[in-house]
Amino acid sequence: MSSKEAILGAIKKNKPAATPLPDLLKFPDETNLIERYEKGLTGNGGKLQVVDSLEELEAFVRENYASDQLIASLVDEVNGNVDVSKISDPHDLEHVELAILKGELGVSENGAIWMPEKNVVHRVLPFIAQHLIIVIREETLLTNMHDAYEKVNVADGGYGVFIAGPSKTADIEQSLVIGAHGPRSLTVFLLKK
Amino acid sequence: MKGKTHAEEAAAFIKDDARTHWHDETLWHVRSNRDRSAQGIPEWETLRDTASATKDYVLSHLGELLEQFESNAKANGVEVLWAKDAVEHNQHVYRILQENKVSNIVKSKSILTEECGLNHYLEKKGYDVVDTDLGERIIQFAKQTPSHIVLPAIHLKKQDIGEIFHNHIGTKEGASDPNYLTEAARQHLRKKFVEANAAITGVNFGIAETGGFVVCTNEGNADMGTHLADVHIACMGIEKLIPRAADLGVFLRLLARSATGQSITNYSSHFHRPAEGKKMYIILVDNGRTDQLGREDFKNSLKCIRCGACMNTCPIYRRSGGHSYNYTVPGPIGSILSPGRDLKKYSTLPFASTLCGSCSDVCPVKINIHEQLYKWRQVIAEHTNMDRSKQLSMKVAGMTFGKPVLYDLAGKVARTALKYTPHSLVYSSINVWGKHRDLPEVPEESFKEWYKKNRKQ
Repeated sequence: MSSKEAILGAIKKNKPAATPLPDLLKFPDETNLIERYEKGLTGNGGKLQVVDSLEELEAFVRENYASDQLIASLVDEVNGNVDVSKISDPHDLEHVELAILKGELGVSENGAIWMPEKNVVHRVLPFIAQHLIIVIREETLLTNMHDAYEKVNVADGGYGVFIAGPSKTADIEQSLVIGAHGPRSLTVFLLKK
Repeated sequence: MKGKTHAEEAAAFIKDDARTHWHDETLWHVRSNRDRSAQGIPEWETLRDTASATKDYVLSHLGELLEQFESNAKANGVEVLWAKDAVEHNQHVYRILQENKVSNIVKSKSILTEECGLNHYLEKKGYDVVDTDLGERIIQFAKQTPSHIVLPAIHLKKQDIGEIFHNHIGTKEGASDPNYLTEAARQHLRKKFVEANAAITGVNFGIAETGGFVVCTNEGNADMGTHLADVHIACMGIEKLIPRAADLGVFLRLLARSATGQSITNYSSHFHRPAEGKKMYIILVDNGRTDQLGREDFKNSLKCIRCGACMNTCPIYRRSGGHSYNYTVPGPIGSILSPGRDLKKYSTLPFASTLCGSCSDVCPVKINIHEQLYKWRQVIAEHTNMDRSKQLSMKVAGMTFGKPVLYDLAGKVARTALKYTPHSLVYSSINVWGKHRDLPEVPEESFKEWYKKNRKQ
């Protein structure tokens, strides 16, 4: 007998009486989504910039990053100097200083942003870059995770991730340290309606 | 031979009084963060009820859901393997590594691989397995096991970690600044990520409906590992399934809040298909879970989502440390999971509890942990040779409680005797209970006597 058969057989023998699957939860929409989103994001170590146009993002990048630093941008309004689409081995992204990505939607209760594979091209990009900027639009803000899973089809691509802050750890005496393996900072640019 | 009891193991931990207090306070702080976070969600109790009912559904439909998961995962191009126990799990991993000619392995925290003793097994086969979660790396250097499932190095002070890092990755002697140490670990581990050709991860949630799975980390280590390496092996206990992707809305809201108080882990990664040219494997592991499923009183323990909240709140865990449990999952939940694995070896764990019920109160999936602890005690009393002194005193107590006249008399004798017995005799080695506690002051009369007198008024 294969292990699969053995396990399924044991389950059949031992499983409890059937109970029903609960309905999916839905809670009323909140107001003040931007305010709530900022609270959620900063709670996880991220920073929020609310902007009227992406020119402000471009100015931010010019001000904070030198022209000889590697910048991978997947946002049309900002030019980078690393062409991600031309890279075949993700190891070549090892020295990227800044990645600028577009997020699908933001969740106000916790600051999380849904980032499907198509928005990052290489799965490792949002992790291997030293710093991360994500652009989201105000109209994509949702109240909670239930709303997010209603909108997102997680099986659509091969991979997708909710990013809610920079890489962080508190494994040494519970002291919060930002920048464990992945990005040392996450700045979210929220584009107003 | 019988192993050490929890009390014996804990005795070693509490020798350092200051450290015991520090450990206690640190975990209580985490528990307080959890409270604040939970109280910020008005629908918290609805989430707990729903999570619990969803897991009831999973346990009562486990066979169908596993087959659904397997066929969907296969259709996604993922190879699915089944392992009835730890040995088979480890063999699967080894075979995959051999087939893919893997030389360097990075691993993200997985309690299941810890349960299976994977690191030890692979090391014997000549592999160097690098744990990449910072806490895990620290204890791996120190040749220890995790003392907590979410905070593996919670028992160590920053000075200890400074010394460990000085010896293993050459940080400055005496340096203990968490920022400095984390930066050193970052540089050290980045090299390991870049060199790795296989990444092993655990699974927080397997989704039957889509055949995908979710891995939650704050450090991003699971992603750094899996996206750079060509081979991803995900090790999953069969109870980790949820029926629908949308159920994640409930579980992701509960998990991190219950664990540390944060609203969500900074990375919740959803894996469905291997990236082009790469390989993805899922190993579905039983290792005693189907046995536990058949134990009516204890099957609920399989609902556990490994948040660690019960440990942070447990007055015994906080004062005895995770290692005193001598089991992969320590604390209250470990004490109801472990006797099912080996009743004799873990016979003292269900007694490592005050039965205060705090563990059940904080459990995000509403496992009746303290009730199960109490039930295990009865099973253990029936099936094992409990301590002779405990057996005898239970027998005497049973007799006394059963006969009111005897009970009254015993109370009277005790009240008088305790008044005149010298302190040194009461707190002798025979009275284990009195080791770190004082008896309450002995009243002049029993409650029954008091009640009789006062009822008449």
